[in-house]
Amino acid sequence: MNTHVKITQSEPADLSRRSFLVGSAAAGLALGYSAVPGLLGADQAFAAASSFDPSVWYSIAPDGIVTITCGKADMGQHIASTMAQIICEELGASWKDMRVQLASNDPKFNDPVLGAQVTGGSWSTMMNFDAMSRAGAAGRIALTEAAAAAMGVQASDLVVRESTITNPKSKKSMTFAEIVKSGKATKTFTPDELKAIKLKSPDQYTMIGVSVPQLDIPSKTNGTAKYGIDVMLPGMVHGAVVTPPVRYGATVKSVDDSAAKKVPGFIKAVTLDDKTATTTGWVVAVANTYANAKKAAAALKISYDGGPNAKLSSQSLFDEAKRLQGLGDSGQFFVKDGDPAAALGTAAKVMEAEYTTNINIHAPMEPMNATAEFKGDILHIYSGNQFATRSGAIAAGAAGIDPKFVVLHQMWLGGGFGRRLEADMMVPAVQAAKAVGKPVKVIFTRENDMTMDFSRPLTYQKIKAGLDGDGKLVALSHDVVSAWPTQRWGIPDFLSPSVDKKGPLDAFTVNGADFFYTVPNHYVRAIKNEMAHNATPSGQLRSVAPGWTFWAIESMIDEIAAAAGKDPAQFRIELLDGKGDNAGGAQRLRNTLLAAMGLAGYGTKQLPKGEGMGVACVSSQERKTASWTACVAHVAVAPSGEVNVKKLTVATDVGTQVNPDGIRAQVEGAALWGMSLALLEKATLKDGGIEQTNFDTYTPLRMSQLPQVAVSVIANGEPATGVGEPAVTVVAPAIGNAVFNACGARVRGLPITAEAVKAAMKA
Amino acid sequence: MPSLNINGRNMSVEAAGDTPLLWVIREQLQMTGTKFGCGAGLCGACTVHLNGEAVRSCQTSLSDAAGKKITTIEGLSAKGDHPLQKAWIAEQVPQCGYCQSGQIMQAASLLAKNSNPTKEEVVSHMDGNLCRCMTYSRIQKAIMRAASEIRTASNPGTERRAT
Repeated sequence: MNTHVKITQSEPADLSRRSFLVGSAAAGLALGYSAVPGLLGADQAFAAASSFDPSVWYSIAPDGIVTITCGKADMGQHIASTMAQIICEELGASWKDMRVQLASNDPKFNDPVLGAQVTGGSWSTMMNFDAMSRAGAAGRIALTEAAAAAMGVQASDLVVRESTITNPKSKKSMTFAEIVKSGKATKTFTPDELKAIKLKSPDQYTMIGVSVPQLDIPSKTNGTAKYGIDVMLPGMVHGAVVTPPVRYGATVKSVDDSAAKKVPGFIKAVTLDDKTATTTGWVVAVANTYANAKKAAAALKISYDGGPNAKLSSQSLFDEAKRLQGLGDSGQFFVKDGDPAAALGTAAKVMEAEYTTNINIHAPMEPMNATAEFKGDILHIYSGNQFATRSGAIAAGAAGIDPKFVVLHQMWLGGGFGRRLEADMMVPAVQAAKAVGKPVKVIFTRENDMTMDFSRPLTYQKIKAGLDGDGKLVALSHDVVSAWPTQRWGIPDFLSPSVDKKGPLDAFTVNGADFFYTVPNHYVRAIKNEMAHNATPSGQLRSVAPGWTFWAIESMIDEIAAAAGKDPAQFRIELLDGKGDNAGGAQRLRNTLLAAMGLAGYGTKQLPKGEGMGVACVSSQERKTASWTACVAHVAVAPSGEVNVKKLTVATDVGTQVNPDGIRAQVEGAALWGMSLALLEKATLKDGGIEQTNFDTYTPLRMSQLPQVAVSVIANGEPATGVGEPAVTVVAPAIGNAVFNACGARVRGLPITAEAVKAAMKA
Repeated sequence: MPSLNINGRNMSVEAAGDTPLLWVIREQLQMTGTKFGCGAGLCGACTVHLNGEAVRSCQTSLSDAAGKKITTIEGLSAKGDHPLQKAWIAEQVPQCGYCQSGQIMQAASLLAKNSNPTKEEVVSHMDGNLCRCMTYSRIQKAIMRAASEIRTASNPGTERRAT
């Protein structure tokens, strides 16, 4: 269980980390940014003197336009618009007056709960809901008091609606614009005063729960949205990266640029000297245009030392994982309830199974890129990034300067999915810019992007289950062997203590395994595959650990149900009895499963031969931040083993929905990601390198492969949870279980290929 | 020095004839709505029109484009109000949005010839365009909505409901 996630359902975010009102603008000064124009983020530097900035999170201009600054990376989840919507609810502004902009890496824009700028974990809405609500309310109170003074009435006599403050008795009103222009809105709030503001109750909402149009969408239909790749700086030159054949650990022995020198516009080949160890063996060809940089890159003759990982393959990593799992003392315990070893020893029936997932690649449509410019003492980086706090430090490390001199200019992200938590794209831009003394934009080719991905790690899991004489599940042991992506970040706060006190473990490799089923004897062991960790520096791929832990658990639960002769959905409902620590969550998950079953017509009619439905239910992403999600997959399996997904029915309990249409879009996209990972996406390591280089061999879902998708969003008034990831995790096991129900083939490895299904049919 | 006819204007550019049109459009002409996705004609993010036909600008050389009429997302409509662009907003299609210029340009070449496509025709026409956010169902709905608007505009008396 992750301890760094401090928010709980009953406990609002700790607001003491920041003060919200005008006085807090000085927070930017702490880093010495204030003397440099433009460094406070465009919002602060260019805001008109007469605008009203009730919070670091937004500013109201004299024309009444409310511009919110989003500290979260917006990669398509419309989080900037969501933040605006939460603020708008309490502020009482008209939606047509709301605008969004993206924050720089100034720490004043740090997440109020996490204390850093990082976007992931489906955390943004849940962790910012309270802070944005209070920021909005504070602005409304300040504007109302100013209007009351101007009108000579009590603030309590006034009504705020659609950017207008009205006295219902006199019918007199003032717009936000008029109040801001008057300069009278000056009230400030201390953190304690902010905390004391009484927020609206859900029955008073007029914006939360409404599908208002997402503010960023128009710019994404006419080519005007600016992504990192679109940045153009005066005097800028271009860099193309040459990456080695080995994913990690290679070194450059020599670079012959004699042929590159004949390419028109070629400036220099820069061999990276990356003290941050983010990259190994990279060379950047710099030229006047990107096309010429690519030509020069192709003309470079580079010899490498492949390093310690040059012989490794996916098979080596699986073999090593099995070896580690077989050792009694490897790994650390994430969960240890009861005594599974003893209970397995006395169980009436013991089952065991191995589940695997292969390497998966993020492949956002916008290839990795970054633009770097040194201006005086300041290094400016333009790039869409999910982890400004860490990425700024990496960029600084690559430049050999203090992180406080790095300014990250956030851009719209052409897909993130966890890939842009990394800063590898900044390293070549920084070192090339330093070497040539000009701003440099580096763009990865798709081949660079795929072979140098911080991929979802290959995983190997073994589960043993013990049933008593009545077919009741009494013991479960679960070993999870993988690279430890989060440990690689080197930030202790992101690690969790192990229950056997053997030191911190990477909970982002086992989250989900601490499920809400009641199993009296249960352990989960997190085992680091050092070989995989070194060979395929892995990252966080949309849904992270629950993307593999639930694949194993939810497949195994079905296998156990089949062995016990029970309906797999009913079997789950019995296990979700809500006893002990599972109280509350288990019941919500049960209800969600029932909702999905109802929507899918589960068990209501006989399906044709070769078709089947499968269920799965999950508490992704983390036990403390779960969105209760269930899926019924309906598949048809051909005699060849080919799986045709006819329909995915997904229900998800998100507590409170800010933008219902936006949630449906996220859940549908996540479910289709889950299907794509379940059936279509597989990367492999050979001779230390990723074999797949483009969309011909790494093949995400296309339109012709689209199944029917039905989504049911349950909003029951509990606090808002996240929606970007959980639905990814529930689909693969639901499909695997459906395949079993359709044809009796149990496939335990992802992706589920026709060959694997066919082979399992015969078994 | 090659001259390009792009979005109704003639512009001279300075690049070798084998330079992919994509990079000329993006870097020299600084029209960045057309996106780089794969460089191999596998994803459709770079789709533009050449004499009205959807082509992958990463696979089209500058010399192949010279003398032809090029249309990019910036030139699809004067005010971003092509029926597809309006439908994209109405259906709230984009998530990250990066592929959507290419999706819209690909769809526009279909509707220019066939304003009453079947779902199968839409899928077959759009299958080369990847969307990593997987907004495919909304793309389909938006194309059908735009087709309906185009039919209504061209023949107000015989409108059918979009299916």
